[in-house]
Amino acid sequence: MSNVIEVTQSNFREVVIDADKPVIVDFWAEWCGPCKKLSPVLDELSEELGDSVTVAKVNVDEERTLGAMFQVMSIPAVMFFKDGEKVDEFIGVRPRSHIMAKLEPLM
Amino acid sequence: MIHDVAIIGSGPAGYTAAIYAARAELKPIMFEGYEYGGSLMNTTDVENFPGFQDGIMGPDLMMQMRGQAERFGTDMRMELVDRVELDGPVKKIHVGDEVHEARTVILATGAAPRLLGVPGEDELMGRGVSSCATCDGFFFKGQEIAVIGGGDSAMEEATFLTKFADKVTVVHRREEFRASAIMLERAKANDKIEWATNKTVDHVIESEGKVGGIMLRDTITGELSELPVAAMFVAIGHDPRSGFLDGQVQLKEGGYVDVSEPSTATSVPGVFACGDLVDDHYQQAVTAAGSGCRAAIDAEHYLAAL
Repeated sequence: MSNVIEVTQSNFREVVIDADKPVIVDFWAEWCGPCKKLSPVLDELSEELGDSVTVAKVNVDEERTLGAMFQVMSIPAVMFFKDGEKVDEFIGVRPRSHIMAKLEPLM
Repeated sequence: MIHDVAIIGSGPAGYTAAIYAARAELKPIMFEGYEYGGSLMNTTDVENFPGFQDGIMGPDLMMQMRGQAERFGTDMRMELVDRVELDGPVKKIHVGDEVHEARTVILATGAAPRLLGVPGEDELMGRGVSSCATCDGFFFKGQEIAVIGGGDSAMEEATFLTKFADKVTVVHRREEFRASAIMLERAKANDKIEWATNKTVDHVIESEGKVGGIMLRDTITGELSELPVAAMFVAIGHDPRSGFLDGQVQLKEGGYVDVSEPSTATSVPGVFACGDLVDDHYQQAVTAAGSGCRAAIDAEHYLAAL
């Protein structure tokens, strides 16, 4: 079972902003083909890195406000948060090595 | 270990080649790239692929093909090939620091959406500039959008985007459209679609880090006019992904790989090519799948003769 957290407007603050470790937030939707490819990569990463990082997912269909708040206009969009602030991001499917390279300086 | 068959690319052509090669017990290794599944992963309903009476979603079709290739033992790698060395009896495929060797290579890397190459386009990619309506259209609900292009994919995108946008303006550099009659009629009948013909995009206008509009240039008068839109979808065709081949196989006009039809043999022995990478004319999922099948059979015959 993956420990990826489903983020909504109500738990966004607790899961992402107030986190004491780096958070990867994946903005996705059911109808998005590329999202389906990125998703297993992040699940795997979450499994491996365990407690050192939080992997969170935002369903943009259901969480319009969160999508708008971060100006998401293309998905998959992945944002990296540290100490409550967005520090990095990318759009589209990327390999695990690319995600790790962005994550490492935050760990 | 030297593989019998290496397949580069993961659209209908690549997966079909993998299904045939795997069933022929050639244990193919396949480099799918990061974004496997090819162009159909970015489409919705596919209504013209035989065998699906009620149509099928593009991504579902590709997942089915992928599963089928996997079932017969294809070694799938979600990796991007950096370069290849195709001469000699053993071909080399470079992926990062790794080098894979194979007796035959099937090239099936397809074609990538072409961009305009105007100022602001690259900078605002994903911030209102897009080449995938089904991926990004959702984010422009109730807004105004421009679609650039005059072919079938431009008409399809424009029609699709009216589901979200209040107004879609099709910008086309000529008066006449290359789109098929049925697609053009469908778009013309849609009262949310407006038309800006004889116009090219001069540049994309940025506003607060995202697209605020596009500047159009009239192809006859040269006059500039601003079209305020929140997004620009570019649908002006595709370019074959043959750059990584670095001129090692013969190409034809437009960068497509030259094959000796009806076979899929390229100018290099043991190297075969299929799908949109070779096809500058039909470019259909079913024709790509057909040529992928031919490539696998051609590779099998080549190996048998070694």
